[in-house]
Amino acid sequence: MIFLSRSKTLSTPTNHPMIINSLTRTIAVVCSVTFLGMVAYAQDKPIKKGLKFTAIPKNINNPYMVIQSGGAMDACKELGIEGKVVGPSETGASAQVPYINTAITQHQNAILIAANDPNALVPYLKKAIGQKITVVTLDSDTLPEGRNVFINQASAEGIGQSLVQTLARQIGSSGDFAILSATPNATNQNTWIKYMQEELKKPEYKDMKLVKIAYGNDEDQKSFTETQGLLQAYPSLKGIISPTSVGIAAAARYISTSPYKGKVALTGLGTPNQLREFVKDGTIKEFELWNPSDVGYLAAYAAAQIASGNIQGKEGETFAAGKLGTRTVGKDGVVLLGPPTVFNADNIDKFNF
Amino acid sequence: MSQSQPSTRRLARRVSWETILALLLLIAVAGGTFLNKDFLTSDNWANLLANFVEIALMALPLSLIVITNDIDLSVASMLGLSSSLLGLLWEYKLAMPLAILICLVVGALCGAFNGFMIVRFRLPSLAVTIGTLALFRGFAYIILGDKAIADFPPEYTGFGIGVIPYTFIPMPFVLFIVLALIFWVVLHHTTIGRSLYAVGGNQTAARFSGVNISRLKMLLFILSGVISALAGIVFTFRFSSSRADNGTGFELSAIAAVFLGGVTVQGGKGTVTGVVLSLLLIGVINNVLTLADVASEILRIVTGSLLIISILLPNLIASTRERLRLMQRQKEIAKLGTASVAK
Repeated sequence: MIFLSRSKTLSTPTNHPMIINSLTRTIAVVCSVTFLGMVAYAQDKPIKKGLKFTAIPKNINNPYMVIQSGGAMDACKELGIEGKVVGPSETGASAQVPYINTAITQHQNAILIAANDPNALVPYLKKAIGQKITVVTLDSDTLPEGRNVFINQASAEGIGQSLVQTLARQIGSSGDFAILSATPNATNQNTWIKYMQEELKKPEYKDMKLVKIAYGNDEDQKSFTETQGLLQAYPSLKGIISPTSVGIAAAARYISTSPYKGKVALTGLGTPNQLREFVKDGTIKEFELWNPSDVGYLAAYAAAQIASGNIQGKEGETFAAGKLGTRTVGKDGVVLLGPPTVFNADNIDKFNF
Repeated sequence: MSQSQPSTRRLARRVSWETILALLLLIAVAGGTFLNKDFLTSDNWANLLANFVEIALMALPLSLIVITNDIDLSVASMLGLSSSLLGLLWEYKLAMPLAILICLVVGALCGAFNGFMIVRFRLPSLAVTIGTLALFRGFAYIILGDKAIADFPPEYTGFGIGVIPYTFIPMPFVLFIVLALIFWVVLHHTTIGRSLYAVGGNQTAARFSGVNISRLKMLLFILSGVISALAGIVFTFRFSSSRADNGTGFELSAIAAVFLGGVTVQGGKGTVTGVVLSLLLIGVINNVLTLADVASEILRIVTGSLLIISILLPNLIASTRERLRLMQRQKEIAKLGTASVAK
């Protein structure tokens, strides 16, 4: 349900610890590429020729969506699929419907859609499925009957765990820390915080203590002053986790010009473009987010496999997803993207979103 | 009654604008058929018509309002309010027919509020309805916040997305066809219709000839409220979704259709046929361009340009005619002058 909520700010990322330094990462990539090649050879069923895909982002010209659709188009190119990106310029519940109808009229083989509304599109997507068009939702899901599979960029549990692990790495798993969240009733953030608290119960975090959850209401100014307040109220504070892109940016701005810079660890969820300067000036060592391009890429691969009849989108089926390796369809047709990307000074310049 | 001559001329001009629209529509349909093999399918036409049904509904009372030289910018906000209210009432387990009735009544009240402010305080409708555009949308957000209500009964959502069996006419579109016929009869074949043109043409003259302008305006705005609420109900069932932001921005599309239909900003002119033709024309153009994968910004540019042309063209035609007429008269005067001198 988490991804059904319509938070305006980009307020989401995911999961497992990535305790890989860049060298091991390089090795891992090299290995996995080789491995992938073999896997592809061994178990890949062929992708049909002459497939046509339509990708419908929430709205066009949204930089995040542009990158996501770009990933989908990359995958289409790899697979010899004729892909195109069309969509509305506003994000009303109904705005995507004409584009769905058009894709049906044009006899496309698959629709990849980041749904603006979990319900409003369902009757139209059902019509598409009824005409043998594969429907893959990504980023934001519809009700399960509206699509074959959903590409989930992050599981709530994964995000909660990963954020605690990232902070633990930076403060040596000991000391007081605080959370700077969005609003007190923000569904996404509250779910992540719940999983952070679960993760903290593990013995390795026994020396870490969550002293306060502050709410910046996803407003820049409020988040800024809340950060200031936290640091003054808790002089022993070792770190702050801000699981919202507005919060982490405001906190970084405050810390970067304060004496706490370099002394208090800051991590959370944000975009590279927004936080680049703070990573470069040392305010933030590491933060996370999934790579939107990979979300689109995986969606196109999943659609291609379903449209080619290799899988049906049922729980437990596995499929090859190009450079991402293999993925398994989970419960309710949800496919997890996997661990989020951890951004740091070494890799941040490779990302532009 | 020396008006008869200009009014025939006006009639001639009106007919020609509709002929132009009909021709453009023909060209658009021919172009669509030529450019895309999927254009002339019944599925596509069902989508095409369904796409603008709410805007079409709202454009009908709006045309009458513009004819009387006013405007109602709050129509889409009343749509949103009605959609939100329907969701809320349904969530509170009210019987659907009752919930629908309440929404229509609330629509009437919203319209009455607009009308009251405009008639009682003699405020310009533009200013009042800009205010209520924000106000009614605000109410919608108060009712639902950023929640969405979706579990509407299938017999109602079935109406929203269904077509009349064996045709490509979407069921909600029938509402529009029926209402358009009623509006056509009222505007062109009743005294009410004539008083609307009279008010738009010259309020003072209309008042002196016994038209109750206040009552007429009040009625129009109430009508606009009720039909916008109806559009909100249609929208809700069509998308099985009640949200506070439903229909945001639709007022501009409705106004564009009205202007393009030949209802002029200066009031006193326009026909239901013109508005229906312009709705179809915009619908076909949007559909053809979408089928051709034209980006949505371009769609906006096209709609915007059509709007400007629709205002510019009749004005240009009118002013050219006026100039020609003046030249003609000058010639006549000159001729008369030389004639009298000759005498």
